[in-house]
Amino acid sequence: MYAFTQHRPATVRQAASLLAKQEEAKLLAGGHTLIPTMKLRLAGPKHLVDLSKVEGLSGIEMKGRSLTIGAMTTHVEVQTSPVVRENIPALAELAGKIGDPAVRHRGTIGGSLANNDPNADYPAAALGLGATIITNKRRIPADEFFKGLFETALEPDEIVTKVQFPKVNKAAYVKFPNPASRYALVGVFVSKRSSEIRVVVTGAGANGVFRVTAFEEALKKRFGAKSLEGLTVPADGMASDIHGSAEYRAHLIGVLARRAVAAAG
Amino acid sequence: MNATGIGAAVRRKEDQRFVTGKGHYTDDVNRPGQCHAYFLRSPHAHARIKRIETKAAAAMPGVLAVLTGVELAADKIGNLICGWMITSKDGSQMKMAAHPAIAHGKANYVGDPVAVVVAETLAQAKDAAEKVNVDYELLPALADPAKAQSEGAPQIHEIAARNTIYQWHLGEAKAVEVAFNSAKHVTKLDFINNRLVPNAIEPRAAIGEYDSGSESLTLWNTTQNPHVARLVMSAFVGLAPEHKLRVIAPDVGGGFGSKIFIYPEEVVCLWAARKVGRPVKWVAERSEAFLTDAHGRDHVTHAEMAFDAEGKATALRVKTIANLGAYMSTFSSSVPTYLYGTLLSGQYEIPAIYCEVDAVYTNTVPVDAYRGAGRPEATFVVERLIEVGAREMGIDPADLRKKNFIKNFPHQTPVIMTYDAGDYHASLKKALEVADYGGFGKRKRESARHDKLRGIGFSTYIEACGIAPSQAVGSLGCGVGLWESAEVRVNPTGTVEVLTGCHQHGQGHETTFAQVVSERLGIPLENVSVLHGDTDKVQFGMGTYGSRSGAVGISAIVKALDKIEAKAKKVAAHMLEAAEGDIVFADGKFTVAGTDKSSAWGEVALNAYTAHKFAGQELEPGLKEGAFYDPTNFTFPAGCHICEVEVDPQTGESEIVAWTAVDDFGTVINPMIVEGQVHGGIAQGVGQALLEGAVYDKDGQLVTGSLMDYCMPRAHDLPALKVEMTRTPSPSNPLGIKGCGEAGAIAAPVAVINAITDAIGSEDLAMPATAQAVWQALQKAQDRRKAA
Repeated sequence: MYAFTQHRPATVRQAASLLAKQEEAKLLAGGHTLIPTMKLRLAGPKHLVDLSKVEGLSGIEMKGRSLTIGAMTTHVEVQTSPVVRENIPALAELAGKIGDPAVRHRGTIGGSLANNDPNADYPAAALGLGATIITNKRRIPADEFFKGLFETALEPDEIVTKVQFPKVNKAAYVKFPNPASRYALVGVFVSKRSSEIRVVVTGAGANGVFRVTAFEEALKKRFGAKSLEGLTVPADGMASDIHGSAEYRAHLIGVLARRAVAAAG
Repeated sequence: MNATGIGAAVRRKEDQRFVTGKGHYTDDVNRPGQCHAYFLRSPHAHARIKRIETKAAAAMPGVLAVLTGVELAADKIGNLICGWMITSKDGSQMKMAAHPAIAHGKANYVGDPVAVVVAETLAQAKDAAEKVNVDYELLPALADPAKAQSEGAPQIHEIAARNTIYQWHLGEAKAVEVAFNSAKHVTKLDFINNRLVPNAIEPRAAIGEYDSGSESLTLWNTTQNPHVARLVMSAFVGLAPEHKLRVIAPDVGGGFGSKIFIYPEEVVCLWAARKVGRPVKWVAERSEAFLTDAHGRDHVTHAEMAFDAEGKATALRVKTIANLGAYMSTFSSSVPTYLYGTLLSGQYEIPAIYCEVDAVYTNTVPVDAYRGAGRPEATFVVERLIEVGAREMGIDPADLRKKNFIKNFPHQTPVIMTYDAGDYHASLKKALEVADYGGFGKRKRESARHDKLRGIGFSTYIEACGIAPSQAVGSLGCGVGLWESAEVRVNPTGTVEVLTGCHQHGQGHETTFAQVVSERLGIPLENVSVLHGDTDKVQFGMGTYGSRSGAVGISAIVKALDKIEAKAKKVAAHMLEAAEGDIVFADGKFTVAGTDKSSAWGEVALNAYTAHKFAGQELEPGLKEGAFYDPTNFTFPAGCHICEVEVDPQTGESEIVAWTAVDDFGTVINPMIVEGQVHGGIAQGVGQALLEGAVYDKDGQLVTGSLMDYCMPRAHDLPALKVEMTRTPSPSNPLGIKGCGEAGAIAAPVAVINAITDAIGSEDLAMPATAQAVWQALQKAQDRRKAA
């Protein structure tokens, strides 16, 4: 690890100003991606803007038909929250499948979304539920937020403060973890909100999280696993590495999507 | 048996300190004035080192020295060596290339050290290492052992044409050929025994210290065999004369073989400590462990078994290419030869066996012994052939095994070994009962009802442990004797210290060795301490590996205890005013036979030291005895493991749903510890079968360089294991111990693969059988069926 200065702002405004002012500054949320990278000297930010003392960034709240989760809320808080479990149980289940206990107790929803790891779970939930990512500057629909591998719509001094999830009729997430890292080799999130159906895939796409419109169309006719039978995703455009070839990932999308639809009921 | 003696499942004495954080590991040692070493390593698998510019690094804050292979050579620090000479079939000696502790002239694998920076802090050393400028000329790299001998392959060492270290063989080629010519059925298989990264929980570490007053060096090191390390570093590397070099191996957090070997880093820490006049510490990071700990396995094999019309195996033919990596590690040469070819008879009466092994260099980290070392590879060959042979011939795999089992002992195999005792029918029979083999068909139908494929796989394995009779291994090329030593020191108050040349790094010797003493002397377990791991305290010793500590190490203790008892009887005779021959020792009491006159153990111990009751000129005062024990044969633990899996044909995932292990370890000192060893071994074997596999790309980069990509088994990968035992004591050592440390890792991989291939109905499946690999095997089988 290289030497760095740690800042502990108390407000989002202060954090944003530090981020804008300091060169080579990085936000520190749960740190479970950033810190290991720094330890390996693969990243060497001069300044870390630590969000742990910033007011109002944590918490889970249900208002009307919308669930709001603060950006610094940890995975274990989402996993165990009675409010999440009652209103969007699939989201609580997804949080409970992230990484291992250490990751779940430190990692945050805001950190995960801002990092947009192509194998992370939360991007699948955000896109799969049609969430809105709220920052210190604006509201960004999930459909416009994810821009490719580790790329998002966030501007350099923009900070995710909250994530808003609409309540849906049905939802489920089925994950096929990479047995080593516990990231998703493939994860499929499905949801149904009145007529809107989303089938979202993480882990498999060469360009990150994506929607499978062909599956969504098929499910519009009838929301059932049978509607997806015989449907496949082309291997073209899938990621390929030692853990899974493009063909295998494409195949798993079909299997997991059918299972997710069945689980969503 | 007393409550803490042989056979008692007493809790481990050492766990008190381990579970309360009081263990004392190498990294817990901090010496006054200590500084830190950081190794700059080659990022290239194969590259000529044209020039190393160290000036800028040396000028960085806190830097004490920047050293390269040039200084190492100038100081005449010798090369690391491989201590087992293998002779090729043409009579030539193995081609051992020079292995300097810091690469000199050429780097031969990613991770090969090219410079070391010694600085006040580790961060300073790392900062300075970034300023070291190495001018590399990249050379074509060779990572695939199957391509090592092909024409045009990059040559790694001048000494080894076509990268071939040796071409070894064992057995009778002619007899095998004759048997194959008249075979009724031949089973043929090609497979890879996948390369593994050991991953002990404690990474390797070393602290070197030089005392200019006494001109002596001390090394704290994560080693399984401190005396062997001292011998090699003294006699071959030439760091200091043996009596001026002390090696201390404190608590060590797992080794699995990877800490047997003498590595560059400890050599450099000692050398650098003398150069900078300060203690020098190095602790591997996990990423460094992946790149530099000796890996295991890595065989490419073609094997064929011939059967007669009754299903009797008549011959076995094996051709293996063994990857030894970029340099020959300490015992690497012996693993794919005498620890492999000699076990190819398995539990079977096979009249003719012929085995050829070509060992090759590649641009990968050195490969050496890893839990099981050669025997898991041999078991995989034999047990795959038997299983597949049974399927091909339509014979129940349990029946085919029974038909071929060795029944009479001693049994001379065609590959050197003489099995001294065993009962293979007994372990198979018990395993079939415990696993409810009869109910498998019903369970398979039940699995099918929820769209799962169920399979069952056997492994009736054998291993040679209790390594090893010194004369025998000497005649096979081993550079050392493989006896073990013990010293039993009785204190005047009757408490006992046992000094052993073995070393514990998870085995529980402090408990089991004390149990043997407790039983023999009739004293409480807490009155016995077991000391090990310090060349200044312990007489000498060959260390712990090859499941030898029980069979060889405890035998040395027993021999020393014999001498203690004999001496104590002399003391007691004087005390009780009786003839020495009339003294009987039992339950911690010396009694004059036929009388009620007796002395307790403690009284005799005290009298041995006060020497008031006997003339010191007739009988030496004191009660301390040493012994060296050289085994008369290997021991042959054997058993039967049965694995049952369920495969999800849609994803290819395999779940192990049941595991039965019936092992014959001979006499067992502590059944709880033995069961723990079996559990750990099975977990590692399952890891090899399902999850683990070191992958190098074609440029020699380790793709699986961290735990994010290299998958170790976790608790949920295993079902509740059913572990049972049968017992035929070994006739080759006083207590009848066979050894248990490696059995699980030897038995398990092939049981898993036999089970999955049974489930999916295809034999074309490599380890690790990941979900993707199984899915692909299913796809291929489907395509084949379609084509047919």
